Amino acid sequence: MSEGNNKNNVQLEFVRSRRLEKMATAEKIRMILDSVKEEKIVILEDRMNPDEESKLIEATMKEINPDNFSGIEIESYKDEQKSSGLFDRFMSNDDPQMTIIGPSNQLNEVNQDEDIMTAMISNEEEQG
Amino acid sequence: MDKLKGKFSGWFVFGESAPENIGIYGPPNSGKTTLTNRIVKESTGLGGDEQDEEELEEEMGSASHIPHETRRADKKEDVTIEHDGEEVTLNVVDTPGVETQVDYEEFVEYDDFDGDEEDAIERSREATEGISEAMRWLRGDIDGVIYVLDSTKDPFTQLNTMVMGVIESEDVPAVVLANKVDEEDSNVERIRNAFPQYDVIPVSALHGENMEEMYKSISENFG
Repeated sequence: MSEGNNKNNVQLEFVRSRRLEKMATAEKIRMILDSVKEEKIVILEDRMNPDEESKLIEATMKEINPDNFSGIEIESYKDEQKSSGLFDRFMSNDDPQMTIIGPSNQLNEVNQDEDIMTAMISNEEEQG
Repeated sequence: MDKLKGKFSGWFVFGESAPENIGIYGPPNSGKTTLTNRIVKESTGLGGDEQDEEELEEEMGSASHIPHETRRADKKEDVTIEHDGEEVTLNVVDTPGVETQVDYEEFVEYDDFDGDEEDAIERSREATEGISEAMRWLRGDIDGVIYVLDSTKDPFTQLNTMVMGVIESEDVPAVVLANKVDEEDSNVERIRNAFPQYDVIPVSALHGENMEEMYKSISENFG
């Protein structure tokens, strides 16, 4: 299995919704954090529910280390046309969802408009 | 205390099952601590006349702009409001702004920070513990939420969506404050559009604007 980023590559992990559906919350969070700490960008074919996201943040906080991990950046694609208000956006499951999660020092400036989500990924050299 | 009774007359009518722990949540730098301090101060009878207001504003305005100034959940117990001879008591819990990342190097960049790298690392450790604690509290130990937003900023963020989602799933009553209405870029309507199912109260915690409407909404939603 790849060790993550080297000087020239950024590794993306796409995780299908059918796999996510089979995973318990703790397992999902562990998978995400393990990958992100290996400097991978994780793309979920779904959105975590609020409880899962809050637990992801809680787990992230416990694993932040000043030497090599300062946290995550997370952004979910939202369908702006069909939902109004923040709660409706979270609960609307009619359209495919997508979530991008990466190391906070690499995944920058995630923006989205109606149909396109863009993210800037900085490719930092591995520390020797 | 007579001044306080007059100010809050008719607003605080708590039933027997009034929430005990009211969490003040919101993004970093939205004014949570300023609001908490004002609520606590006003509960002791301060505020209202010009001199008191000036002193309050000076104290509220001295909040640090160093990141993660509030690093742990700070519970102000037994905040008591007297109304028509009856006392209403709340525990007000000021929480750190929820973030997904904490970098100790942010602290050393600020002129106001006079510590060294070790102090910055310790501060960041406290901040991570505080955010983790705030998330745990939100999922179990909070009876009501005052969600404080900076009305000059876009409310449609991942974190706001997540926190409000937890509040909904926990079936916790909440009041949303659109803070910093004294600032030029304030846009309260944008916040009302983001939270159509909640009372959105425009306030300035720093200058004490519209506190009466806030207290009224708190009594209606948490009573």
